[in-house]
Amino acid sequence: MKTLSLKSIGIFASCIAAAGIISSCKPKKVDSALSGDAASKVYVAPGKYDEVYLFTSGGFSGQVGVYGIPSGRMLKQVPVFSMDAETGWGYSEETKPMLMTSHGFVPWDDSHHPQLSRTEGQDDGRWLFINANNTPRIARLDLGVFKTREIIELPNTGGNHASPFTTQNTEYVVGASRFSVPYDKQGDEAIAEYKDKFKGTISFIKVDKETGRMNLNFQLLVPGVDYDLARAGKAVSDGWVFFSCYNSEKAHSLLEVNASQRDKDFIMAVNWKKAEEYLAAGKGQKWAANYAHNIYDEATHTATTTMEKEVTVLDVKDLPGVCYFIPCPKSPHGCDVDPTGEYICASGKLAAVIPVYSFSKMIKAIEAKDFEGDYDGVPVIKYEAALDGEVERPGLGPLHTEFDANGNAYTSFFVSSEIVKWNVKTKQVIDRIPTYYSIGHLCVPMGDNITPSGKYVIALNKITKDRYLPTGPELTQSAQLYSIEGEKMQLLLDFPTIGEPHYAQACPAEIVRKHEVKFYKLENNNHAAVVKNEKDAKVVRTGNDVHVYATAIRSHFTPDNIEGVKVGDNVYFHITNLEQDWDVPHGFSIKGANNSELLILPGETSTLKWTPDRAGVFPMYCTDFCSALHQEMQGYIRVSPAGINPALKYSTGEEAVSAK
Amino acid sequence: MKTIKPFLRVVLLLCGIAMFVSLKFPAWKILLEAPQYPEGLKMEIWSNKIGGDIDKINGLNHYIGMALIKEENFPEFKIMPYLIIAMGVLGLLVAATGKRWMLWIFAGYQVLCGVWGVYDFWHWEYEYGHNLDPHAAIKIEGMAYQPPLFGWKQLLNFLAGSFPDVGGWLIIGASVIVILVLAYEQFFRKK
Repeated sequence: MKTLSLKSIGIFASCIAAAGIISSCKPKKVDSALSGDAASKVYVAPGKYDEVYLFTSGGFSGQVGVYGIPSGRMLKQVPVFSMDAETGWGYSEETKPMLMTSHGFVPWDDSHHPQLSRTEGQDDGRWLFINANNTPRIARLDLGVFKTREIIELPNTGGNHASPFTTQNTEYVVGASRFSVPYDKQGDEAIAEYKDKFKGTISFIKVDKETGRMNLNFQLLVPGVDYDLARAGKAVSDGWVFFSCYNSEKAHSLLEVNASQRDKDFIMAVNWKKAEEYLAAGKGQKWAANYAHNIYDEATHTATTTMEKEVTVLDVKDLPGVCYFIPCPKSPHGCDVDPTGEYICASGKLAAVIPVYSFSKMIKAIEAKDFEGDYDGVPVIKYEAALDGEVERPGLGPLHTEFDANGNAYTSFFVSSEIVKWNVKTKQVIDRIPTYYSIGHLCVPMGDNITPSGKYVIALNKITKDRYLPTGPELTQSAQLYSIEGEKMQLLLDFPTIGEPHYAQACPAEIVRKHEVKFYKLENNNHAAVVKNEKDAKVVRTGNDVHVYATAIRSHFTPDNIEGVKVGDNVYFHITNLEQDWDVPHGFSIKGANNSELLILPGETSTLKWTPDRAGVFPMYCTDFCSALHQEMQGYIRVSPAGINPALKYSTGEEAVSAK
Repeated sequence: MKTIKPFLRVVLLLCGIAMFVSLKFPAWKILLEAPQYPEGLKMEIWSNKIGGDIDKINGLNHYIGMALIKEENFPEFKIMPYLIIAMGVLGLLVAATGKRWMLWIFAGYQVLCGVWGVYDFWHWEYEYGHNLDPHAAIKIEGMAYQPPLFGWKQLLNFLAGSFPDVGGWLIIGASVIVILVLAYEQFFRKK
């Protein structure tokens, strides 16, 4: 008996073991292990340069991040739409106008899509454009100096998201409204009137070929859906811009459900050359407007704001041939034109296929009027008439596609958290590789050019989770570098980024370095308060304003002793950095300043406003370690109580000079 | 008629106790893994409640239009603890009396409960997997999201696994032993 019961226990135990084996029969995950040569592919020896510049959007930091690829090393954060105390951006008197809008001074924004300027469809490394999504603006950075040089506000725009994509020769950068809003009755409409009263706009901002100066040439009034992303045509499709649109349901509440109902939303094809013809023929309406145009002049080192008062609007429903809709499955996000300009790949973020449209078929369909009807007066081309083919079951949640020079496309998949490589012609999936985690956009260096320079694809991830040492509830943002040199993609590197890296553009370093500036020439400095020689440094009182015209050079300020300032005075420190050498900035700070420091580059003049709130002697000093005697680069300013009249005196290392 | 062997009565006593102990643990678990959930998500099914990452799972399920998983929708939770307690009480009675006919009732009751449990679980999974909101954000032609009854299954980007948890293993283990004891007592024990 005993043996039997032991046997039965044995049988029972083997049942359990069997169940255990079944439960361990788990499908294997894709192998994500790094192969041995990844480290050597991203190693850039000390003192050596990376081969590629990567420009990432700072997302909700409002800035632009600059990285070296393949090392993933961060090189710089360029302040754009948000104040930056480190450099005095938006704090100094010269840069405050850059953040002016029709809503007054706006110290922050949400920057999404960097776009390099291009010539003949290739990145030319001159300028980088980036959009502000929240208070609609477009900024232009000069890549000679890696500084923001111009910001233009877009009137009649709710959320500038599908922006600032450039045309083949940077004739235009575009801006499009993510949120449609009403324009009648000064916009004061019931939200429930969305379907009838709300409209979208597409802004065409003309870019001067020589200076890069932007100018809002015209706006298209378009149906009230949400415009998400865009790409300009190139080569065969030059002259067109393609926009993805969601919310063709025209929902105004709970969009996550109500804007996901139709099987198809749209790609909108815009013939901007046709629009220019209408504009030239005087078909536009002049709308009164009020929008800020901020320009930083490199000669005066000073920004100015001009409030523009008018914009020309073309209503597309009255102007045949400008706009067409093409149906596109489920809430498209990416809308990307391949290097030949012939294929347009749309990514419905809830769709199970990637439709690839043919530009030439689209043109034929337009000529044959192969329409299925219209949407708010805009003809809708039949889906099949414009379709070249669909990539079947590519993955879940396709978002955005870029290309290599060999006819392959790389599409990011948010939901299935992977990059999928497929062939544009055959529509066959070639390879897939996981991302960590939940990739948004991706970037191939020059991946939207006529000739991409793709050795890499960079994943811009939305979720970081457990990839780095944790830093409390708020984790670093992150990107990943993959090699696309072989048939199969290979993970090389994870690297942290600032803000949320929505999108990035990258191009070979030599293209950008052609424009490199090492320092500003003092002789070209036309700042109103420049002091080019220490002898000319002075302090001048005009009423309650005291202007200090000062210089900085290793390692002293001139003047560095100032007396005669009173409580309640507005003191303006105009400081010129007299250095004429690479990498010798000086900083300037003063106790109790309610703004920031100044970071003054060689040959530059910057101004800090300071309003002393109490009597006393206040130290001021250089904040950027400039020389062996940096610590000695300091001075004093004496503040006397209000109501007396102390003499204004200033000096450096000698008898004080009395101001006239 | 002979009574059950004393040693086996102790075994049956332990099986009865195991039923009570199982109430203190989740009976079943559904596991979800995806690239962006490397740590995995777990839904625990207890005899009287749902536990684990149920809020996160509901949050994900809403994209595909799956109904909200909440305790009020499961009348089973009101009955199941009593069914299990009854099993335990039966176990204790069999152990105390040593009557073989009672052992038959005990084992039979367990089998009935088991069959009902498996059917009910499958039915529940079928309902949730197929009864999808037509207004869901993500709709994929021909796609249903019924989790596996046992084992692993890929559902879109999620790998779903369904396995007994501690409580379930206690009940299953005890039931198997009870049946083995019955088989021994009825068919193999020397007359």
